[in-house]
Parts: sequence; C-alpha cells; structure tokens
Amino acid sequence: MNPVTRTQFPICVATTVLITICPAPAEAHLNATGMGPVYDGMAHFLMSPEDVVPVLALALLAGMRGASYGRRALFVLPAAWLIGGFVGLPESATNGSAVLSAMWFLLLGGLLAADVQVPLVIATLLAVVLGLDKGYLNGAGMGQPETAAIALVGLVSAVFVMIAVASAFVVTLRAEWARIAVRVAGSWIAASGLLMLGWAFRAT
Amino acid sequence: MRTVRMHAFALGLAIFTLAMLRAQPALAHPQKGAAVGFVTGFLHPISGPDHVLAMVAVGLWGAQLGAPAIWLLPVAFPMVMAFGGMLGLMGVPIPGVEYGIAASAILLGAAVMFEVRPPLGLAAALVGFFAICHGHAHGTELPPNQSALLYSMGFVIATGCLHGVGIGIGSVYQWTWGQKLVRAAGAVISVGGLFFMWQALA
Repeated sequence: MNPVTRTQFPICVATTVLITICPAPAEAHLNATGMGPVYDGMAHFLMSPEDVVPVLALALLAGMRGASYGRRALFVLPAAWLIGGFVGLPESATNGSAVLSAMWFLLLGGLLAADVQVPLVIATLLAVVLGLDKGYLNGAGMGQPETAAIALVGLVSAVFVMIAVASAFVVTLRAEWARIAVRVAGSWIAASGLLMLGWAFRAT
Repeated sequence: MRTVRMHAFALGLAIFTLAMLRAQPALAHPQKGAAVGFVTGFLHPISGPDHVLAMVAVGLWGAQLGAPAIWLLPVAFPMVMAFGGMLGLMGVPIPGVEYGIAASAILLGAAVMFEVRPPLGLAAALVGFFAICHGHAHGTELPPNQSALLYSMGFVIATGCLHGVGIGIGSVYQWTWGQKLVRAAGAVISVGGLFFMWQALA
C-alpha cells in the first residue's frame, strides 16, 4: 500500500466529512421499520442463544471429527431446519420445552467436551433431529405467514453460514492446546445445560 | 515520519468511515431479563471471595501439575460444579456445604503450597467433590426472574475465566522464582480458607 501523500490527504478528509454528514437511517428498531424478512430471519436466529449455541456445539463437534463430518453437518442441518420450519409454519406459536433445550446443550456439549468419537451416522442423525426440532419451533413462532417462509430461508442461511465457518475453523486446528480449548468450550456448553435443567425443575 | 503519521491517520479515518457506514441496529429492546440475566450470572461466581480463592487454586494446581491435569481440571470442573448447581436449584439438600467451600480453599491452597502431586484420578475426585459444594451453594442462592439460559452461560463463563486466571498465574511456575510465587499464592489461599472456615464455624 502506498503512503498517503499531501494531495490525497485532503481528499480523504473531504470524503469522510461528506459521507458523515449524509448518513443513512440507522434502522435501529427492527419491528417498526423492518429490514426485510430475510434479514429478520437471520436476526431472529443470531439473537436466540437457545438456537445459536446448539448449532455452534454441533459445528465444533463435526469440525473436531474432520472435514467429512463438517460437510455432512453443513448440508444436513440447514435442510432439516428448513423442513422442520415449513412443517411448523401452520402451527400456532410455541415457546418450546426448556428441558429439551437444556438437553441439547447437555448432549452436544458433553460429546464435545469428552471428545467422543461419534460415528458419522450418529452425527448425521443428531444434525437431522436438531434441525427438525429447532426448525419446527422457529417455524411455529414466526407468525405473519405471508413473510414467514422468506424469513425462514434467511434464518436457515444464517445457520448454514455459522456451521460452515465454525466447523471449517475447527477442522484446521492442529495444535493440541487449540483442540483442548474447543473441548473446554464444550464443557461450558454442557455445564450451562445442566444449570438450565436445574432452572427448569427449580424448587419453588 | 510525516508520511507514516498521515498514513496512520488516513487509515483511522477509513475505519471510522466504514464503522459509520456499517451502523448496526441499536437492539434497544432485549427480551425481558435477558441482559440482566447474563450479567447477574457472570457476576455471581466472582462476587464471593471464598469461591474466587478456590477457583483460582484449581487453576494454580492444574498449572503446577502440568499436562494432562492442566486441561482436565478446567474441562471437568465447570460440569461438576454445574451438577452441584443443578442439585441446589432443584432443592436437593447437601449438608455442610459452607464447610466444604472453606475446606476447598484450605486443602487446594495447601496442595499448591506443598506441591502435592497425587494420582490424576485422586486430584480430579478431590476437585470434583469441592466443585459440587461450590455449585450447590451457587444453585441455592440464584435469584428469581432471570433468563435461565443467559444466567447459566454467564455463570459458567465467569467460572471458566477464574480458572483461566489461576492457570495464567500458574504459568510462571516454569521459572524458579515463579515456583516460589505460586507456592506463596497457595499459602495465601490456604490462610483465606482458614478465615472462611472460622467464619462458618462461628
């Protein structure tokens, strides 16, 4: 990169000032202005830790087992999520089960923490069941049937990107400490699941 | 020099401009209790000095014992502690939890101070037992009306960070002066544990 000359410097400043004084709307209130159903779907997923964390755990688990597992999860999970979502669309909104949500944390986090040599068939099955479960809940909670299908596509796109990035990142890890760090993340996820289970059965 | 400073300034301006153009939604309306839940959960383990001493001691001991304990203990401890927390939340009583917490600081601090090197299974069992005591105490003290998920995540992440602090301090163990420092830290933890035991008995 060439250093900025004295001639270029004022141009940079002028451009910055010009862009700053002509800002685009911030669109800070999603429900009022709308970002479009695709982005709504993406935002819905990314702001739902009960969905994000199990996907992340599955992606890390697949990545730990190798590229073939990652590729399988990459296509199976979003497909199952989409199918579950479309099945759930006609249903009325539901919050889902807190126990089931905790169990996903516990199961996927536990497998990751223990670095279990999960067979490819089992990993695929986990991806299918997770996708169908979460997809169904998302579909049932979408509302607004005219835009819900498009939002679901946006949501599934976010799932696809997350699992692709996370599993590909872990596949490339070779250092032992880095793989241990991934397992520690798994233990944190499983521990969160245990506590969530306790909350679900909390003595009043 | 002038060219370099102008270069850095222009780079700063470019980043600023990019940040302005990429303004994110304010997300001013989080789910009820969500943000509070994470912060409350995160602060809970670090708000009690008795818990902090024991967590740091686990990290120090792990660093002192070396592989595989250095990674086995931080992997196992959060899960076992969360199990204790689950029991506490569900109302399952465990007698003498406060004594167990004080004893954890005394014994783990002493283990660090005297560089005790038991078999890995025994070290893990000892740490696991104390983890249940700590988890149970946390579980019975958890406040209501929080986001269970985010509270739990904050709680576990804070615990893991405390272990990280212990392991970080323990990394000086590779030097001679560091070994003395870690042993001294163990002694301080042990004395702190004695104080908490005296409080529990009083």
